[in-house]
Amino acid sequence: MRGAALIAGLTGALVLLCLLAAGSGQVDIPPSEVLGSLLHRLGIDAGPLPTAAQGENALWVVRFPRVVLAAATGAALGCAGALMQGVFGNPLAEPGVIGVSSGAAVGAAAVIVLGLTGLGGWTVVGLAFVCGFATTLLVYVVSRSNGRTEVVTLLLTGIAVNAVSTALLGLLLFMSSNDALRAITSWQLGSLAGATWDSVAVVAPLTVVGCVVACGYARKLDLLALGERSARHLGVDVERLRLSGIVLIALLTSAAVAFSGIISFVGLVVPHLIRMVTGPGHRVLLPASALGGAALLVAADLVARTALDYQELPLGVLTSVVGGPFFFWLLRRTRARSGGWG
Amino acid sequence: MNPLRRRPASQPGAEVELKVRGLSVRRGKRTVVDGVDLDVRPGEVLTLVGPNGAGKSTLLAAVCGDLESEGEILLDGRPAASWNPVELAMRRAFLTQSHTLAFSFEVEEVVRMGRAPWAGTSREDEDDEAVAQAMRDTDVLGFAERAFPSLSGGEQARVALARVLAQRTPVVLLDEPTAALDIRHQELVFTVARARAAEGRAVVAVVHDLGLAAAHSDRVAVLADGRLAACGRPEDVLTAPLLSEVYSHPIEVVPHPRDGRPLILPLR
Repeated sequence: MRGAALIAGLTGALVLLCLLAAGSGQVDIPPSEVLGSLLHRLGIDAGPLPTAAQGENALWVVRFPRVVLAAATGAALGCAGALMQGVFGNPLAEPGVIGVSSGAAVGAAAVIVLGLTGLGGWTVVGLAFVCGFATTLLVYVVSRSNGRTEVVTLLLTGIAVNAVSTALLGLLLFMSSNDALRAITSWQLGSLAGATWDSVAVVAPLTVVGCVVACGYARKLDLLALGERSARHLGVDVERLRLSGIVLIALLTSAAVAFSGIISFVGLVVPHLIRMVTGPGHRVLLPASALGGAALLVAADLVARTALDYQELPLGVLTSVVGGPFFFWLLRRTRARSGGWG
Repeated sequence: MNPLRRRPASQPGAEVELKVRGLSVRRGKRTVVDGVDLDVRPGEVLTLVGPNGAGKSTLLAAVCGDLESEGEILLDGRPAASWNPVELAMRRAFLTQSHTLAFSFEVEEVVRMGRAPWAGTSREDEDDEAVAQAMRDTDVLGFAERAFPSLSGGEQARVALARVLAQRTPVVLLDEPTAALDIRHQELVFTVARARAAEGRAVVAVVHDLGLAAAHSDRVAVLADGRLAACGRPEDVLTAPLLSEVYSHPIEVVPHPRDGRPLILPLR
């Protein structure tokens, strides 16, 4: 009951935020006109059309792809975070924290710098997926012992992986031309400024597929919380669940990273807040984290591009400023609960 | 689809046998369990006893497939490895020694996880009743809505046991179900075990307390150095000479003045 209410509430909030975000910017368009423009495109003659000069253009060429990309990216990040915590059995696991995002970013940056085009519009996301998958697998294998991941090992592995990825990214920057350099730098900070319908066409389907498939594993992820042995004795094919989970995490993370760069902590903060409201059951947690992540990122992007006149704050910087201290608090709490770690 | 998948573990109350033949487990060069033969029969409580490091938990874990082993394990007439995870979970339940939980699920949610193997089968209808009975039997109703990690060790152990009981399998394997429990709940656990055996299930439990083993088992298996030292009725197996040798400590066995069950005491 509580879960259904939360999901309904988050959906409502997401829709409102999208209308608000699409209407805000240098050309202000009231939400009713945004809605009217949308309905007219869908063939429903209801609501007012944008009255501002270039309003219709601003909406359909610039704002809508950006808002949709923000929502898709946020959903991918939120869902990937919740999924990763479930698969690792560790509430501190998050693609950004343990280096999967930067691993995927190396793949994406390589495509930009080296000018690879093998898969057309899907090249960036394709190589990001390959690198993200390899990184997730590496972290998973390295940080496990006796069927679970220890917090300390996980975080230390994350530091090592992040160090290597950052070095590789640095190398790619060193190799790149001035134009590519600027593109990569702004992308590295995390930004949705380059949003186009083309990027939406890649990210949105991947996110939707990833989230839907992930929700199908909800029941098994609940059982995995009991530990691998007990989950196995309740009929879960643990090896298979684990592998599918890692593929999904890599898929969602690469979808999120490919066009918007590294945006950390969304996958950590959102699932944690959801758990505080409805408990840890994955049947609510996964969809609610996707919705919550989408809403959060649409709101964060709105702040990032409207807080300063004629300038944009990097989105990734904004989420890290808020997410970093939250992570610190979570870390201290976990430490206090487990009685400290050496 | 594989026709064996979702093949139910027989009807409620049907009997399933577990046979172990020549089971050995090696860890590095050491042989921890050495050629153990064991029959687990429907309708009986079988306890595994033995000194620390005798291989009791290892034996149980190997029987469950958690550890690599040599030898034969037959469950419901077929090699255990030939069943898929769901089919196995319909036939046998296993209570591990440690009860960790990654997220703070509530007690009732944890117990309900025991019903997972039956999802999508006709026995899904029993879910509510099985959960309620398991929680009643293990005396955890008083904190049904509390978060599992906030419970004491003994309370967590009982919740974990409730989850295993809710699974309602014909074979129930318990690794030290009484380790963290007070005397009342120790007795409660074995009362429940006896009741489940009376329904035709086979219950196997590792215990340290020889008094509990003597009082509640139909058969006792004594393990020493990875080998089966003896297996049979408590009054036949739990004798002073055997126990003194196995535990390397003088032990006396006297009949209880009221019911004649063996009382086992260290010589002090």
